[in-house]
Amino acid sequence: MPFIPLIAMVRKDLVIFFSERRSVIVSFVVPIAIASFFGVLFSGPTAGHQPRIAVAIVDQDGSAISQAIVSGARADATLAVATPTADAARESVKRGKIGVAVIIPTGFGDAAGHALFGAGEKPVLAFAYDPSHTAELAMVRGILTQHVMQAVSAEVFGGAQGQQILTQTLAQVRSSSMADEDKRALIQLMSAAQSFYDRQRTGAGSSARPRGLTMPYTANEEPITAGSNIAYNGYAHSFGGMAIQFLLFAMANLGIEMLVERERGLWNRLRSAPVSKTTLLAGKAASGTIISLAILLVAFAFAIVVFRVRIHGSVAGFLGVSIACAFMASTFGLLVAALGNSPATARGVTTLAVLMMVMLGGAWVPTFIFPEWLQQFTVVIPVRWAVDGLDAMTWRGLGFASALAPMGVLLAFAGIFGGLALTRFRWQQE
Amino acid sequence: MLTVEHLHKAFGPLVAVDDVSLSLEPGTLLGLLGPNGAGKTTTVSMIAGLTAPDGGAVLIDGARLSGDTDPKKRRIGLVPQDLALYDELSARANLRFFGSLYSLNGRALNAAIARTLELVGLADRERDLVRTFSGGMKRRLNLAAGLLHDPDVLLLDEPTVGVDPQSRNAIFDNLEVLKHQGKALLYTTHYMEEVERLADRIIVMDHGRVIANDTLAGLYAQVPAVAGERPSLESVFLTLTGRSLRD
Repeated sequence: MPFIPLIAMVRKDLVIFFSERRSVIVSFVVPIAIASFFGVLFSGPTAGHQPRIAVAIVDQDGSAISQAIVSGARADATLAVATPTADAARESVKRGKIGVAVIIPTGFGDAAGHALFGAGEKPVLAFAYDPSHTAELAMVRGILTQHVMQAVSAEVFGGAQGQQILTQTLAQVRSSSMADEDKRALIQLMSAAQSFYDRQRTGAGSSARPRGLTMPYTANEEPITAGSNIAYNGYAHSFGGMAIQFLLFAMANLGIEMLVERERGLWNRLRSAPVSKTTLLAGKAASGTIISLAILLVAFAFAIVVFRVRIHGSVAGFLGVSIACAFMASTFGLLVAALGNSPATARGVTTLAVLMMVMLGGAWVPTFIFPEWLQQFTVVIPVRWAVDGLDAMTWRGLGFASALAPMGVLLAFAGIFGGLALTRFRWQQE
Repeated sequence: MLTVEHLHKAFGPLVAVDDVSLSLEPGTLLGLLGPNGAGKTTTVSMIAGLTAPDGGAVLIDGARLSGDTDPKKRRIGLVPQDLALYDELSARANLRFFGSLYSLNGRALNAAIARTLELVGLADRERDLVRTFSGGMKRRLNLAAGLLHDPDVLLLDEPTVGVDPQSRNAIFDNLEVLKHQGKALLYTTHYMEEVERLADRIIVMDHGRVIANDTLAGLYAQVPAVAGERPSLESVFLTLTGRSLRD
């Protein structure tokens, strides 16, 4: 391949790209700004600042059990509890100020106590929620289950309300149509529990109030990152994703510029020289790769300096994935030029194509939040491999071997895109 | 120097060039005339190697031109109808790039840039961006870009479209100089007065075929004088190609 024409092609494209202030700003500054914003969202809570779920609890019952539920919820570190009226709670949910309102209806305590042994009808705990906060609804429901079980069981086996409930429940069981053997066993269990808590109340046992049923385990949560003392840095993902998005836009624009050059007859002049089509397209691919790589590396350099993003894995792997990604993006630009009829039509289609690729590839949000079938589908999206490869080399701290698959797949995509461009590109305006 | 033998090109059912043959000698200018769609640009494209002919051959000093990278392409320079320049670059940067495509570099490239800019009168504007140039200046730079590698054959496809009389005259002067330097020039145009002034020989094409190939005097002789006055080239052209609209 002739070296001088190839170098000339690359130098010319670089000079033109960097002489256009707007394209430089869009390609280098905008991804940094957007990635910074996404990084804030995905970095999670800072140490000592665990976010709490805002929840309203409306206690219409006022029983010992309902009051114990409210107390338990207030003491829970994951909830920020307010106790407005029912109407005010619903209004707050409607306005989006809180995600979930829990209404404990009148008679809840009594009914829950009776229902604990299956003898009574189960009372209804009402959840009014913002449909855009369904994840919070699930979390609040789980947390309240614990507090309701604890409050009801503690009261049933130790409180005054519980004593009354237990007496009534024993009478109901004795008069029930249950099989005699089952009836005897249940009465024995309840009587034993009653006498156990009687002893505690009269001072024969421990003086502490019964705690009721509690979770039979505690959880030890360990984030698996690059190392035991290395915290997850959400900026690593957001900068990778945004840089990929904008280098794809830059390369799509490079392809559109090729269509403009064709309209202006520039390709005729280029092709009148004794230079092969392969050299001409290789020059474009090389300049595109350099520009893409610059966008990616500048974005990460900013993230490293400002947001303390670190390449905890293989530096060689990081560079390998970056170069493969840049090459894939530049050949994507060639494909745009090969398939586009005119600059105007190509512009609209490629914007959609890039947005789809980055959205499905996990550049905006990690792919693990996608449905299972979509996660499997997105392996055909090159951006997915680029994002996963960069994640692996940065915050996941994986070794060079983990970069090989993303590099291989990205280079394969580059080969396909480049091959299609070489065979499909129309060198003359029709 | 340049010989074209029985060139043929069809785009689907449309035959754009049909059995076109011509030859071009050093130090001469061959005018190629024809109405729109006559096949002039397609003929030039095939000679320049932009379009592969379906049949026939293009020969440089008897050797057949073939393939994108044929070194013989260095002996041909193309001045396309479009202003094939990068507006974002300076005149010098444009020429530097186009010269590099012919593997010119270093002193040879600098000398070629200086020579061509001097020829077209743009030496004092070499560092200005092309986007700041007038239409006439762009046309002259377009010509310079085709001359950088010092070709023996220069293909000029309507090189004066849209320029003012001063720039057109300057381009004519440039072409006269090139002709005297021994370059072989193939010149397509719609302007009759241009070929009347410049051409040593004229080919008239219509519907993809050569319908006349003669000197200016020979063409005049094909149309009888009216009231003792010599016919104009335009009347000769209209006689040969007819008066029906082609667009």
